[in-house]
Amino acid sequence: MTEQVAGNGLLNRRGLLKATGTGLAGGVLIPVMAPVSAAEDWMTTSGAPMDEYGAPSKHARLKRVNIGAHPYGSGAGSSSTPLEKLNGTITPNSLHFERHHSGIPDIDPARHTLTIYGETNKKLQFSYEDLLAYPMETHTYFLECSGNSYSNVIFPEAADKTVGELNGLVSCSEWTGVPLHYLLDEAGLNSNANWIVGEGADAAGLTRSIPMKIATKNVMIALFQNGEPLRPAQGYPMRLFVPGSEGNISVKWLQNIKVQKTAAYTKDETSKYSDLHVDGKADMFSLEMGVKSLITSPSGKMKLNRKGVYEVSGLAWSGAGGINQVEVSADGGNSWATAALQSEHRNLSLMRFRIPWRWEGQPAVLQSRATDDKGNVQPTRAAALAKYSKSNIYHYNGTQSWQVTQAGVVKNVYA
Amino acid sequence: MFTRNCLVVNHLGRVCLALLVTFVVNQAHAGNNQDNLGVHLKPALGQTPNLHIDNIVSPDGLALPDGSGSAAEGKTLYISACASCHGMSGMQPGNEVAGGKGSIGTDSPFKTVGSYWPYATTLYDYIARAMPYDKQKSLTVDETYAITAYVLELNQIIKKDDVMDKHTLPKVVMPNADGFNELN
Repeated sequence: MTEQVAGNGLLNRRGLLKATGTGLAGGVLIPVMAPVSAAEDWMTTSGAPMDEYGAPSKHARLKRVNIGAHPYGSGAGSSSTPLEKLNGTITPNSLHFERHHSGIPDIDPARHTLTIYGETNKKLQFSYEDLLAYPMETHTYFLECSGNSYSNVIFPEAADKTVGELNGLVSCSEWTGVPLHYLLDEAGLNSNANWIVGEGADAAGLTRSIPMKIATKNVMIALFQNGEPLRPAQGYPMRLFVPGSEGNISVKWLQNIKVQKTAAYTKDETSKYSDLHVDGKADMFSLEMGVKSLITSPSGKMKLNRKGVYEVSGLAWSGAGGINQVEVSADGGNSWATAALQSEHRNLSLMRFRIPWRWEGQPAVLQSRATDDKGNVQPTRAAALAKYSKSNIYHYNGTQSWQVTQAGVVKNVYA
Repeated sequence: MFTRNCLVVNHLGRVCLALLVTFVVNQAHAGNNQDNLGVHLKPALGQTPNLHIDNIVSPDGLALPDGSGSAAEGKTLYISACASCHGMSGMQPGNEVAGGKGSIGTDSPFKTVGSYWPYATTLYDYIARAMPYDKQKSLTVDETYAITAYVLELNQIIKKDDVMDKHTLPKVVMPNADGFNELN
């Protein structure tokens, strides 16, 4: 007998493995003396040889979604991580979301330099080889585009899409690089050094300003992602990485860091990544990403093909720090149960949560609600929207709701 | 070193344990003081660059280059280099640079250079680094000032014959200059 911990079928985590009698078990008992089967080709002929750089199984059909292109140039736009296809917390490099403003440059690291100048004692230039000689740090961090989940903001009716299509402008990697403060210390900061301005070497020359108190905290010049040199789409040979902040500020293809008394007020931090309120005032430099969570399974466009116990699983994160708690509801927010948290990387990283749920064909609305270690609680969709002007698509962290119909169809809804 | 010592003194379990404890404590100490690594391993490889141009223009205009242009000069350039994406009057949907005056505090805010951008210097900085799309950084300094001036004139912020340069551009007051909260 499994213990119900909230309405509409949510079960105690410890009950999951005992719940086999109620339908979780899909396994079939195999006789101990089963004969060796040779029914499949891969059992009777030798397989493929080794290769230089591996690829996923073609049967897994892994690919980025929402590959959008600017009408005036194919390089500008974004692509999203297929969150529904992944488990655990690390995003494979090939599936990390992308956002480019003038395409992906093909940079020869031997012809690329990083220069630190402005309000410093010295103007210093570093080659890629130079940076490889510095002490590095490795941390697991999420990266989220400030415009993630915009479909749930702008469409009056909830779009029938997958969780990756709706919310896949978030990914998580192990990043390795040189702490920025080593280089700032070497250049020597003047008393007016209140901001750094990072500039990319791409055709867009993307440029963003970062307050010094953030820049000297845990910002790194990232050189490796999940163990390999950065991919071109993620800033090869080097990028800024600003943990917990909106993705746009982690400037890719970094070539200049100008230290200044004021911000530069670039196009991307004034006209674009600023958050408009109903009173007509907009927030600039609202960098921290809010506490957020999503159920990735079951999720949009999936179908429950059997009755019984399912594991509800998803991701939670916060730009303020770590995740303390994720609650899950199966009745549209009337009752909540605490999910199990499963990730060794807790600070500024994706957290995987899981909870068992019994579905016997009843209608349901599945939701999750995260609380971070600073006490911030993820808002409802209505509360998240009320914060800003209707036109604002940035920093949306409202609840994601999945309706499950009696036929087992899972659909994005506003609830 | 640790392993070899451990093998040598294998019969003395207590010594091995003591070494292990020391090793673990040292490791924990290193983990808590990652900065120490930077102090001890300071490569200091930064070099003074031979040639480096400051391309990042802020509202103080200090990084603006010598040169100038007016809206009258910019009109022809805008029509040939910009209008295909931004529209003849700067109001091509999705790529608007003009219009939307007074709309920002309404139910239908229409964000353009004239209605939303807080600083005119940002326009020069952005055109110089990122426009025209697919011919980035192809404009001369004078052409960049002239197109900047023309976009400002399309928004009725300056007059047709006003000359924009490193002294005049930072003095242009944008209509929505007070529309922003700085840091929260």
